Amino acid sequence: MNKRKLGLLVAEIITALVFLLFLFPFLLVLINSAKTSFEITQFPLSWPEDWGNILKNTVRIWTSESVRYPSSLLSSALITALSLLFINLLSAQAAWALVRTKTKTSSVIFFIFVAAMVIPFQIVMFPLLSWFRMVTVTTGVRLIRTYQGIILAYIGFGASLSIFLFHGFIKSIPLELEEAATIDGCRRYQIFYEIVFPILTPIQATVLVLNGIWIWNDYLLPLLVLGKGNAIQTIPLAVSNFAGAFVKQWDLILTAILLAMIPVIIFFLFAQKYIVKGMIAGSIK
Amino acid sequence: MNIKRENQLVFWLFLSPVLFAFLMVMVIPFFMGTYYAFTDWTSSARVGAGTQFIGFKNFTESFADPAFMYSFGITVLYTILNMIFINVVAFVLALLVTSGLKYKNLYRVGFFIPNLIGGLILGYIWQFIFNNAVPSLGHIIPFLDFLLEPDNLVLGKTSSAVMALVIVGTWQYAGYIMMIYIAAIENVPVELHEAAMIDGATPLERLGKITIPMAAQAFTVTMFLTLVNSFKQFDVNVSLTSGGPSIMYQGEPILGTQLLALNIYNTAFVSNRLAMGQARAVIFFFVLALIAIVQVYVNKKKELEL
Repeated sequence: MNKRKLGLLVAEIITALVFLLFLFPFLLVLINSAKTSFEITQFPLSWPEDWGNILKNTVRIWTSESVRYPSSLLSSALITALSLLFINLLSAQAAWALVRTKTKTSSVIFFIFVAAMVIPFQIVMFPLLSWFRMVTVTTGVRLIRTYQGIILAYIGFGASLSIFLFHGFIKSIPLELEEAATIDGCRRYQIFYEIVFPILTPIQATVLVLNGIWIWNDYLLPLLVLGKGNAIQTIPLAVSNFAGAFVKQWDLILTAILLAMIPVIIFFLFAQKYIVKGMIAGSIK
Repeated sequence: MNIKRENQLVFWLFLSPVLFAFLMVMVIPFFMGTYYAFTDWTSSARVGAGTQFIGFKNFTESFADPAFMYSFGITVLYTILNMIFINVVAFVLALLVTSGLKYKNLYRVGFFIPNLIGGLILGYIWQFIFNNAVPSLGHIIPFLDFLLEPDNLVLGKTSSAVMALVIVGTWQYAGYIMMIYIAAIENVPVELHEAAMIDGATPLERLGKITIPMAAQAFTVTMFLTLVNSFKQFDVNVSLTSGGPSIMYQGEPILGTQLLALNIYNTAFVSNRLAMGQARAVIFFFVLALIAIVQVYVNKKKELEL
């Protein structure tokens, strides 16, 4: 028994050390956000002389014309929230239609959605841009450098995995429930919105978490569809523009990074349980 | 209206919004892209005008391009190293965290957090670490003063820069993969361990004879997950090394850590050879499709065994 306790203590110490090692890069970001650029180049590993600098740097980033942090935060939030809203509802209703309609067309469509999960973004990204331009030329609807363009893109790219997840879940819902509603006089569309959709909450959490983390952190799609120097830019775009423009100004770059990470970490601490569950479920299916 | 007609109407009404988005951003660009790979498409602004069909020229030229072949090789190397490092670290962490530690929940959260931050931002953080924090160790610890030499910067040499990408990749994904292993380890029935302990099995024997075989299904999942994610790595590559340092390869100056995804992007937008970049994207797709087919095959085989 004593030997086991000793082993456990050793394991605890090793794990604690690895834990500190894992979080050390974040600590470096934090302490260096509280330094002047001179202090950073001289002593990147030292404790900051004056924590007040963190406020100064934050104000500089917040008000900077080249980062545009407040508007980037707003754009990121708007794009993520609207995309999630549409992905969640539209994929759920599509998945339900596919499960509850047993025809050849329905299975073929489902198969195409699933097969498309293999397609990497790289093969569609260049033609996507020229196709979006063609659409604008012929219909007048602007898709490049606009909210509607990028949200449409996220719905399309998020559809495969989301439909797949909803499809698996809906299959396990007993049909009797829906038949009973039909007998009670429910119309077909009512059955989905009033009976099925509310039961989907657990899988909706998974879909929202997986897509939310992807969309919030995504860099390549916003870079292509929104472009550089656009009034609409997401947080990753803001950070990359800035880190490229101010090559050696690590005090400001690290503060920008700190500000970019804070919303994610706060969100994670609140929704930890769902995030971990959702990400595991998404990977195994 | 009869029920059958109504059902069919609802089917198409429910499906059409997502089908529309999917057609617009996946299906149409996919076919356009596959076609463009066989043309001399140059400007994305004016499409159709003067685009010529040129057969497999973009593909043969790609395979003859040292920079592309080098990217292919370095991506395979990076992918293999990344798979090994991520899975070993993740499995060890999972074993530690499930061994009855006091602060196990705190550790799980800590290991998982890097995965929530985008690869782009992670890459910038580590660029700072490798370019500023690591050399400054030379000031603090006397015998590490060689780190101060500009020639010894981690990101300055190809071999150490690839390792840097692997370190960041491991830091990024290990916590996520760990969570999958934890789920698998916790699924092993306690009775098995108890019975083995009564029979006098050591912890190491229990690991080799019970935990690992019982978690075999999880290994298939994590291997393919890390394989595909590593092969597609782009964000960390952009922000950590931007493909650098420059090296000479087969008599040509090329980028030493340019992974395939970055090579595709640079071919199209930096070298302005869109059709060539598109052809490379098609090759990239074929490799990933092949991996997916192998994965489905392996999973089917595993299911039959169970």
